[in-house]
Amino acid sequence: MTDLLRPKAIGQSMNRRDGIGKVTGTVPYAYEADVDAPAYCHPVQATIARGRVIEVDTAPAEALDGVIAVLTPGNAERLADTDDAELAVLQDDTVAFRGQFVGVVIAESPQIARAAASLVRITYAEQSHDVRLSADRTDLYRPDKVNPAFETDTAQGDVAAAMASADVTVEQTYTTAMYHNNPMEPHATVARWDAADGGRLTLWDSTQGVHPLRKAVAGVFGLAADQVRVICPFVGGGFGSKGTPHAHVVLAALAARALPGRAVKLALTRQQMFAVVGYRTPTIQRMSLGAGRDGRLTAIALDVVEQTSRIKEFAEQTALPTRMMYAAPNRRTTHRLAALDVPVPTWMRAPGECPGMFGPEVAMDELAEALGVDPVELRVRNEPDRDPETGLPFSSRNLVACLREGARRFGWAERDPRPGARRDGRWLVGAGVAASVYPVHRMPESTALIRFAADSYVVEIGAADLGTGTWTTLPQIAADALDVPVDQVAVRIGDTAYPMASVAGGSSGMATWGSAVVEAARAFRAKFGADPADGDEVDADVPANTAQQRYAMYAFGAQFVEARVDVDTGEIRVPRLTGVFAAGRIVNPVTARSQFIGGMTMGLSMALHENSVLDPRFGHVVNHDFAEYHIATNADVGDIDVHWLDEHDPHVNPMGTKGIGEIGIVGTAAAVANAVHNATGVRVRDLPVTLDKLLPHLP
Amino acid sequence: MRVDITVRVDGAGHRLTVDTRTTLLDALREQVGNTAPKKGCDHGQCGACTVLLDGRRVLSCLVLAVTADDTEVVTARGLAADGSVHPVQRAFVERDALQCGYCTPGQVCSAVGMLDELASGWPSHATGDVTARPEPTDAEIAERMSGNLCRCGAYTNIVAAVRQAAGRR
Repeated sequence: MTDLLRPKAIGQSMNRRDGIGKVTGTVPYAYEADVDAPAYCHPVQATIARGRVIEVDTAPAEALDGVIAVLTPGNAERLADTDDAELAVLQDDTVAFRGQFVGVVIAESPQIARAAASLVRITYAEQSHDVRLSADRTDLYRPDKVNPAFETDTAQGDVAAAMASADVTVEQTYTTAMYHNNPMEPHATVARWDAADGGRLTLWDSTQGVHPLRKAVAGVFGLAADQVRVICPFVGGGFGSKGTPHAHVVLAALAARALPGRAVKLALTRQQMFAVVGYRTPTIQRMSLGAGRDGRLTAIALDVVEQTSRIKEFAEQTALPTRMMYAAPNRRTTHRLAALDVPVPTWMRAPGECPGMFGPEVAMDELAEALGVDPVELRVRNEPDRDPETGLPFSSRNLVACLREGARRFGWAERDPRPGARRDGRWLVGAGVAASVYPVHRMPESTALIRFAADSYVVEIGAADLGTGTWTTLPQIAADALDVPVDQVAVRIGDTAYPMASVAGGSSGMATWGSAVVEAARAFRAKFGADPADGDEVDADVPANTAQQRYAMYAFGAQFVEARVDVDTGEIRVPRLTGVFAAGRIVNPVTARSQFIGGMTMGLSMALHENSVLDPRFGHVVNHDFAEYHIATNADVGDIDVHWLDEHDPHVNPMGTKGIGEIGIVGTAAAVANAVHNATGVRVRDLPVTLDKLLPHLP
Repeated sequence: MRVDITVRVDGAGHRLTVDTRTTLLDALREQVGNTAPKKGCDHGQCGACTVLLDGRRVLSCLVLAVTADDTEVVTARGLAADGSVHPVQRAFVERDALQCGYCTPGQVCSAVGMLDELASGWPSHATGDVTARPEPTDAEIAERMSGNLCRCGAYTNIVAAVRQAAGRR
C-alpha cells in the first residue's frame, strides 16, 4: 500500500497551460524547428511488394537544378547496427513491402526534392508477393511472446468438454480491419549532424518518447547516447505510431550526416504514412462461449489470427482481455501469426485490448440474447472475484458499478430487448452495451529532477505531451507532492536534455513520470526541508511497485450506445454515447474528460468508418488518404456523456491514478455493433459496420 | 518558374518570390515563417491548413501562392492581436476543444469563417428551412465544422466552444 498524496491541485479542473499557444498556432512542432537554411528531403519508395533493386538511375534527378544529393542503397552510409530490419534503411537491395524506402532526395526546396524523387528510375527484380491474411493459411505460426512480453497461449480446464456440455453456446468468428493511427501531424524529422568533437546529432522529431528514440538512433549509428539529442516539446498526436522509431528518422539522419553542419527537414506525406509508420493488424477472432441456463459461463476461448511483416515481428496481444474479464472454469486463448509481405505493424491506441474487446463483447451480447438475459446483467453474473488466470485479487475492480451507473445515466431500462422492435419514423432505434478494460502499467525507468529557483520549483523530465495534458497535469502532481500552489511549479519536458523518461505509451505516463516526480519531491523535502535555497536540486528514479506482484491492476469502464438505422438506406447514425469509467483518481477533470471523449470518438470511428484496404495484387493500401480512409468527422459524432466513479486505489501509485489514454477506445466498437443489432436484428461481426452489411437484411 | 507576389499576412505586407508550384500553405510556412497553418494532408482533405483569405475560410494547401497576389491572409496567429485572443480562441481553451493542438489553428480559422457565413445567412446541409436565417444550433455547427478533422476526437468540445463563441451557452 502506498500513502496516497493528499489531493489539492490533483482533482482540480485546470485549463491547458499550452492552450493559448495551441489556439494561436504558435507552439512549435517537429518540422517547425527553427534552423538556418535547411535542406529538404523527399523519400523514394519501392513500387513493388517483394524483390530486389537491380539498378538505380539517379542522373535525371541529379540533373535538376537545386538537387543536392540522392541517397540510395548503393551510396548510403553503412549503419552500425542493422538488427532492427525496419530501421536498416538503404542498407541492401531487398524490398520487403511496397512503399519501403529505397532512396531519398535532398534538395534546396521541398518542391524540388519532390519533383526530383519522381525522376529517380529504379529497376527491380520482382518476386511474387503474398499479403492475404486468412485463418486457413497453412503457414500460420505461434510467436514466442505477444506484445510486449505476454504468454502467447493460455489454457485452464477443458474448453472442448465444457462447450459440449454447456446449455447454451456461442461460437462465432469476428474480424477487425486494418487501421492506421493517422495522427493529424504527419511524422516529421529535422536532423542536423555537427561533425566537430566526434560529432553530434540533433533531431527534432515528432515522437512519443525522446529518450527511447535517442537510444534507438544512437544504436543504429553506433553513437554514444550523449552524442544524440532529441527535442520534441509538442506532438501533434501519435496514438502509438510515434511510440517506436520508424525508418524515416534514420533516413533523415542519414541525409543529415551526408550534409554535415546543415539541417535537413523530412516530413512524410499523408500517403507515405500508410506504408512506413505502422498500423494495427487486422484480426480474425474465433470466439467460443459456453454457459448454463443460469447465465454463468462455463467456458471462454478466443483463438486469434493476425498478421505481421516478414522482416520484423509484431504480435498484437489481442486475446489478453479475455484472460481476465469474466469468470469461467474452462478457458483458452491463442495467438497465431501470418508473416506477410506487408509493412511492419505496430502499436495503435490500446493494442490488444482495443481489437480484443470487439469479438468477446459482441459474443457476450449474442449469449445474452440466446439466454434471454439482459446484457448488463449477464456481465454482472460473470464478475470474477479474483483474476481468473493468475488468481490474484484485483487492486480495485468496479466494472459492475460502471455498468450500473452507465445504465442509469443512459436510460438502459427503456431499451426493448427485442431486435428491430423500436422505430421512430424512418429510423430503427436500438441500444447496445459493452465493457471496457485497460491494465495499469508503470514503466521501469524514469527520472525526475526538481530544482528550486526564484521562488518557484522547476520539474525536469524528458516526458511527452501528445495532447494528453502532461504540460498541465504533471505540475498538479508536483504541486501536491511538494505541498505548494500549482502556479509555483514549472515543468520542462520533451527534450533529452532533461532526465530519462519512458515512452508515452500503455497509458503509463502519469503513473510512471508522476511517481518519479513524487519520489523526487519527497527526496527534495528530505534534503532541503520546506525552505530551500536558490539552486537546490535533487533527482530521483521511479520506484518499482512491488504491489504489482500481489494484485491484478486494471481500469474498467462500461459504454452504452444508441444507434439509429435508416430503414430504407441503411444509413447508421449514433446520436449518443455514454461512458462510465473507474480509473482511479483523476488528476485533471478537464483534460481527462477530453481523453475519454477522444478515445470513445476514435472507437466510434473504428466501428463505423475506418478500414485500410490492402490490395492483394499490389500489396499497398489503396485508400491511403483522408478522402478514402474515413475517420469520424464532427457531424458523425453526437452527444458523448462521460462520467467517472470516485475510485480510491491505494496500490497503484502515490497519485492513485490508473491511466486513461486508451481505455476510452476499448469496447466502443462492440457497443456500436450491439446497438445496431438491437436496432435492426442484423448481427454484424466484421468491422466496420457499414450499410452494405445491413441493407440485404432490413425489413 | 518563379513569380513575384505581394501578400498581407496577419496585417503585415510581404513581397515574395514564389515557385509557381508553391502552395499558399508552403509559402506561409516556409517563406513568411508563419507556421500557424498546419500541413495535415496537403490535399484539402483535413482542414488543418485553413486560413482566412480576404475574409473567407480557405484550405491554403489548395491555393497556389501565385494566385494569392494582392490578397489579405489571416491565420490563427493573426486572430490574436495585441496580446488578447479572439473570442473563438478563448472559447476553445475554456471548453478544452483541443488536445494535441495540430488541427486547432485550422479549426479556429474555420470557426471564425463559419460564424461569419452563418451570420450572412448562408444555409448548410443541416439547415431545415433554407429561406430562414440559420441559427448556430449544434447540428449547424457540427455540419459546418466537418471539413476540419480532429484525430484526438475533440469534436463535442469544439461544438461547445463554437456555440459559446456564437453567444449561446
